[in-house]
Amino acid sequence: MDIFLQQIINGLVLGSIYALIALGYTMVYGVLGIINFAHGEVLMIGAMVSLSLLRLMLDLTSGLPTWLILLIVLPFTMAVCAGVSYAIERIAYRPLRNAPRLAPLISAIGMSILLQTIAMMIWSRNPMTYPQLLPSSPIDVWGSGATITGKEIVIIVVALMVMSGLLFLVEKTKLGRAMRATAENTQIAALMGVNPNRVISITFMLGGALAGLAGVMIASNYGNVHFYMGFIPGLKAFTAAVLGGIGNLQGAMLGGLLLGLIESLGAGYIGELTGGVFGSNYQDIFAFLVLILVLVFRPTGLLGEKVSDRA
Amino acid sequence: MLKVIAFNRLSQTAYLCLGLLALILLPWLVGFTGGNYWVRVLDFALLYIVLALGLNVVVGFAGLLDLGYIAFYALGAYSFALLASPHLPQQFESVAAVFPEGMHFSPWMVAVFSIILAALFGIILGLPTLQLRGDYLAIVTLGFGEIIRIFMNNLDRPLNLTNGPKGITAIDPIQFLGISFAKPLDLGFVQIPGLYLVFYLFLLLAIAVAIICTHLQNSRIGRAWVAIREDEIAAKAMGINTRNMKLLAFAIGASFAGVAGVLFSAFQGFVSPESFTLWESIVILAMVVLGGIGHIPGVILGAVVLAVFPEVLRAIVQPLQNVIFGHVLIDAEVIRQLIYGLALILIMLYRPGGIWQKSGTK
Amino acid sequence: MSDHLLLDVANVSKRFGGVQALDSVGLQVPYGSIVGLIGPNGAGKTTFFNVITGLYPADSGIFLFDGTSYFPESVSEVTKSGLARTFQNIRLFGEMTVLENVMVGCHCRSKTGVLGAIFRLPASKREEQSIREKSLELLAYVGLTEFANMQARNLSYGHQRRLEIARALATEPKLLALDEPAAGMNATEKLELRELLLRIRADGKTILLIEHDVSLVMGICDGLTVLDYGKVIASGKPADVRVHPEVIRAYLGQGAV
Repeated sequence: MDIFLQQIINGLVLGSIYALIALGYTMVYGVLGIINFAHGEVLMIGAMVSLSLLRLMLDLTSGLPTWLILLIVLPFTMAVCAGVSYAIERIAYRPLRNAPRLAPLISAIGMSILLQTIAMMIWSRNPMTYPQLLPSSPIDVWGSGATITGKEIVIIVVALMVMSGLLFLVEKTKLGRAMRATAENTQIAALMGVNPNRVISITFMLGGALAGLAGVMIASNYGNVHFYMGFIPGLKAFTAAVLGGIGNLQGAMLGGLLLGLIESLGAGYIGELTGGVFGSNYQDIFAFLVLILVLVFRPTGLLGEKVSDRA
Repeated sequence: MLKVIAFNRLSQTAYLCLGLLALILLPWLVGFTGGNYWVRVLDFALLYIVLALGLNVVVGFAGLLDLGYIAFYALGAYSFALLASPHLPQQFESVAAVFPEGMHFSPWMVAVFSIILAALFGIILGLPTLQLRGDYLAIVTLGFGEIIRIFMNNLDRPLNLTNGPKGITAIDPIQFLGISFAKPLDLGFVQIPGLYLVFYLFLLLAIAVAIICTHLQNSRIGRAWVAIREDEIAAKAMGINTRNMKLLAFAIGASFAGVAGVLFSAFQGFVSPESFTLWESIVILAMVVLGGIGHIPGVILGAVVLAVFPEVLRAIVQPLQNVIFGHVLIDAEVIRQLIYGLALILIMLYRPGGIWQKSGTK
Repeated sequence: MSDHLLLDVANVSKRFGGVQALDSVGLQVPYGSIVGLIGPNGAGKTTFFNVITGLYPADSGIFLFDGTSYFPESVSEVTKSGLARTFQNIRLFGEMTVLENVMVGCHCRSKTGVLGAIFRLPASKREEQSIREKSLELLAYVGLTEFANMQARNLSYGHQRRLEIARALATEPKLLALDEPAAGMNATEKLELRELLLRIRADGKTILLIEHDVSLVMGICDGLTVLDYGKVIASGKPADVRVHPEVIRAYLGQGAV
């Protein structure tokens, strides 16, 4: 019981981040029916760009409160990531709309490599440290022995706020209606006056912005960045999206939180459960196992796939 | 008319003989002009040909995007590493007791074993996943490849099976009929360096694999695979058991990688999880894509180009940058990755049939 | 008396979400006959095909084929047992040649395995040869010999439909289920199709036909079943069905029968 609460807290932090990334996957799947393989790299670019901006701001200014610096850097970062995501769609997906199914996937893999290489060239091949601007001193939680840091609280709160904002956008605004219509049936939506290409672009940009935010969170949480950092979180977030029901926004959020919890609890207890044979260094495997199990036994996910089968 | 046919037959055979002669002389030529480094490059290129042809069966013939293909290579490599090195006897006294002279299983036995092992894993991976759509399958196979790598990287405790990130060293070299390929072969009138022997062996393997693939392609099985790739529902309507055919493709592709893994392990003398990352799976995929998915000669060409070109690049680009800029601006490794990324995108956008297209493709 | 029926299905129902696509549909196809399945668009005809061939699982139904009862679950098994179909939206293997398409049809009636293929064993080579010959014969049968080495996607529409039939015939079916084989054909092509279908029947096969072309259907069908909104509204000889009040009402919006 002593580590249970701690792992729950860790799981919620992890899960919030996964949820943000998973939303990008699920929205794109909703409107295009494909998995955006290069999505993970967008979060890496977000971390990198924010690193540069933060370094710049820290050099140029002094005495500015850290939260203000973050508040300034974040929108820029998210905007850049939106742009990168937009570019991915235009270059790797749009020209291949009518190509055989494997083509956009292969092209996305190429895009993923390209983005990593660009990051290597612009920034560095080696890991770099990320400035810690948020309070990282552990706060005791209700005297239970578990701790949480200010940083982690900020991550969870910001993630929740952004997710609510997105839900509001999708459910209550005209743009959101257009997105939902395009996800249901692109042709009919077009007949209703929706511009599918515009909606698709906006969907990618929104997903990209969220990924950028997640990238900043990951960098803040772990204190470093490197060009390969998008791959594993991207994969896990995809698992989260599938777990929740791909195409389903609430599913992505639920899946993200759930996966974070599963991973944390799993990593925390695996040593005990397996008598020391497997340790927490096997943490990454949980996500893959969840993915395989979900796809084999309940491919529509917990909340059900919203997009009909394109047989 | 008969004269023309006879002449064509003659010229075909003549070309074949010339080609074989050129291949036999190739390592000598390269070794003489470039040195051993470049002969090694050729040796690895041949291994890549085998890997690319194997992945081609899965991706090109059956249309299944396997991003975890390298795992089968790893299985073969580690099988031999464990069965022909001092590692296991050193770690476990019980093993040392059974093998007092050390473990020295012959690469040929291990190759047969790893064909079966890899095929088995291919089927295990395939059974739950083959019903999935293309992109899901890609991600799941990617996950599988990563799981294998994570296990290889972490199975050094509580029992040290794979020696974790340090890898396994001192692996026996390739042996054939008592001749070790690690030393030169003295024929009296000529001494054939070990690297050249390896070249000939790998060449034989590559040719054998190419012939097997061609035979499969032009058979009832190859047709069924293409049918599944084109339209799985219509393929089922033809009475094709699509699940079994896909499993077959997976298993065959995996077994090629398994054999290549054994030979790689013996050739390099050392294996570690670093050789079996997702990047390697993507490299092989790039070879298949560049050459033209499904097109055997194209895939061979793609493998050769992508195996050799980055080496050529490295030899040129770094000195060139030194001359122009005074130092190396962009590492050859980075350039290599850049090229791979661009190649995948550009080929899909502008020449999806590959650089050497099958005739009849638009 | 169902021993003269090749296909005898009853009570077939299938629901998709809120729509009852098929409602207790029954259909009988006697040996050696040509039976037509007609009805307005959206009546459920293709869904019926999909159900009896196992592409969609039925919610309920009793299925008898060639005297044996079966539950349609696996498309490939249904084909192997002798029920072959064509598709409303042509599903040829576009990259393959016309001949290769038909050769794929021979798959379930041949047995060369991996080893035979890799080592080109004599039995496999013989089988490959006979597959080739059989496919060429079938191409000749439907009149497509001259296109044998052309890529299937380059055929004209009418020829593609004929190729689909040849390919289905390659599976050696007892029952040939054709989904709108005349769609998009001009008058001449339809006449040729008519001839082909009659020839297929004369050669001992049974045909189940979904079609919209009324004169074609009236001309060659021995029996008709009419579907509307997933229900059978009439069944019997063409002449009788034609004047059936329900049928006339169903088609009234589509133009006079």
